[in-house]
Amino acid sequence: MAITANEVKHVASLAKLEFTDEELQKFTGQMDEIINMVEQLGEVDTTDVPVTSTVTEEVNVMREDVAVKGTDRTLLMKNVPEEKDGLIKVPAIIDESEEG
Amino acid sequence: MNFETTIGLEVHIELKTNSKAYSPAPVEYGAEPNTNTNVIDWGYPGVLPQVNKGALEYGMRAALALNCEIRKDLHFDRKNYFYPDNPKAYQITQSDTPIAHDGWLEIELEDGTKKKIGIEEMHVEEDAGKNTHNPDGYSYVDLNRQGTPLIEIVSKPDIASPDEAYAYLTRLRQIIQFTGVSDVKMEEGSMRADVNISVRPIGSDKFGTKTEMKNLNSFEHVKKGLEYEAKRQARVLMSGGQVQQETRRFDVPTGTTILMRVKEGASDYRYFPEPDLPPIHISDEWIKEVKDSIPEMPDKRRERYVNEWGIPEYDAGVLTQTKEMSDFYEATVASGADAKLAANWLMGEVSAYLNANKVELQETALTPEHLATMIKLIEDETISSKIAKKVFKEIIQNDTEPKAWVEEKGMAQLSDPAKLQPIIDEVLDNNEQSIIDFKNGKDRAVGFLVGAIMKQTRGKANPKVVNKLLMASLAER
Repeated sequence: MAITANEVKHVASLAKLEFTDEELQKFTGQMDEIINMVEQLGEVDTTDVPVTSTVTEEVNVMREDVAVKGTDRTLLMKNVPEEKDGLIKVPAIIDESEEG
Repeated sequence: MNFETTIGLEVHIELKTNSKAYSPAPVEYGAEPNTNTNVIDWGYPGVLPQVNKGALEYGMRAALALNCEIRKDLHFDRKNYFYPDNPKAYQITQSDTPIAHDGWLEIELEDGTKKKIGIEEMHVEEDAGKNTHNPDGYSYVDLNRQGTPLIEIVSKPDIASPDEAYAYLTRLRQIIQFTGVSDVKMEEGSMRADVNISVRPIGSDKFGTKTEMKNLNSFEHVKKGLEYEAKRQARVLMSGGQVQQETRRFDVPTGTTILMRVKEGASDYRYFPEPDLPPIHISDEWIKEVKDSIPEMPDKRRERYVNEWGIPEYDAGVLTQTKEMSDFYEATVASGADAKLAANWLMGEVSAYLNANKVELQETALTPEHLATMIKLIEDETISSKIAKKVFKEIIQNDTEPKAWVEEKGMAQLSDPAKLQPIIDEVLDNNEQSIIDFKNGKDRAVGFLVGAIMKQTRGKANPKVVNKLLMASLAER
């Protein structure tokens, strides 16, 4: 299958990325190669293999509901470009909240 | 043309677990920003989330209380989206295999009719952080809420009017509150409703195009928004137009709905099974264990109040509106108060106090033990009902032990005949004219004499005992 420049553009916009025309050309070619590589898996006969969503075969790996104090805020903030009063400062993105 | 309305509700409820859905950071409302978070919540590379067993159990508890079937085998899914309220850039949810499905709850409308509303499905997922937009052009992010366990409850399209939607939310809140899994406070955001609504000509077998309103934070707004939307859509259809599939916002000042955005195709969330969390198997034993942990539901309590304690149906309904009130009532009775008197006090003076001061029961100093003690003091005539009002004011404001306070303040009723008789004799000696009036058949004279005795005792005399002694004394004169 061949991936189109428009599909790459769409995926980029979901990740809030913008590409120049040159980049778009380059990434379209690269993504096409990646997808073709993964497509090779289709050649394997999986007739009697059940569908799975996990690779470890583990079930019910759970933790008891016990709270552990949060990580020290000053440490976490070391990786934040800009903070204010303990809050993370980011460019405003309005009306796209996906709460829940 | 007449129209019928179809409403669907999606309600998000925050679970009050100790820790988050997939990380052990604390769940706590109102904490300092970004203090209840850790590297899992922040989506650091290489971290491994783990399912909080408590969140699943709370979800199961809610589902069972809503008469749902529990799914035995489930996995989690990633819902991908890019927004600063969630640094992972995906929400871990249960899209393919929601933990519960096919439940129902029963609503009661104002005219007393009852109706079952179906629940399509219920799943456990995680909340996002909180973004505050600032006029300076930036947003400020607090990730404390990020990862807080949520349940999403999706109704079937059985709701046929804004009033039914209101009743559904009220009932849902009540049931969830009694399960103890959430505070279900709209004002704190622990309960939020998304609604969708469509209208169609009566008799039409196809649903109309629906519009959506998201994150409504009061039941009243839900009802008003839906009322406006039903009328607006009917107007569009009547004028030959077509309803667009779109998201609208309820505008509080005008009571109308305003277009936010038109929906173009399905959202592109690129769901896939969550590779970090192994699947879950829920055994029958586990379901039974959770079922046994569910506290008694409001309907059962109501029945018990009526049948065992002789409380009128209506009163029992009022007392079971909130778990807080119901628990308080039961604790008061357990502390020795008469069930009927306790009900009267809670529905009367206590409710009046809460309304007048706009506070919740647990914000007052009143305890079930103190209320019970005060009721017992009234019952054994230690205090009069007039004095009781003073005692009540004291115990609801200052956490004062009522019995000791009544003694200390000398408020106990004077019921001892040996102490009352000399006072009565004195009053009679000083009011010869009243005795003559009484003998001449003027009953008003008795009232005057009782008043004089009460005045003499500064209102503390037991009126019943006074009356009895006074009548006997008058007969002797």
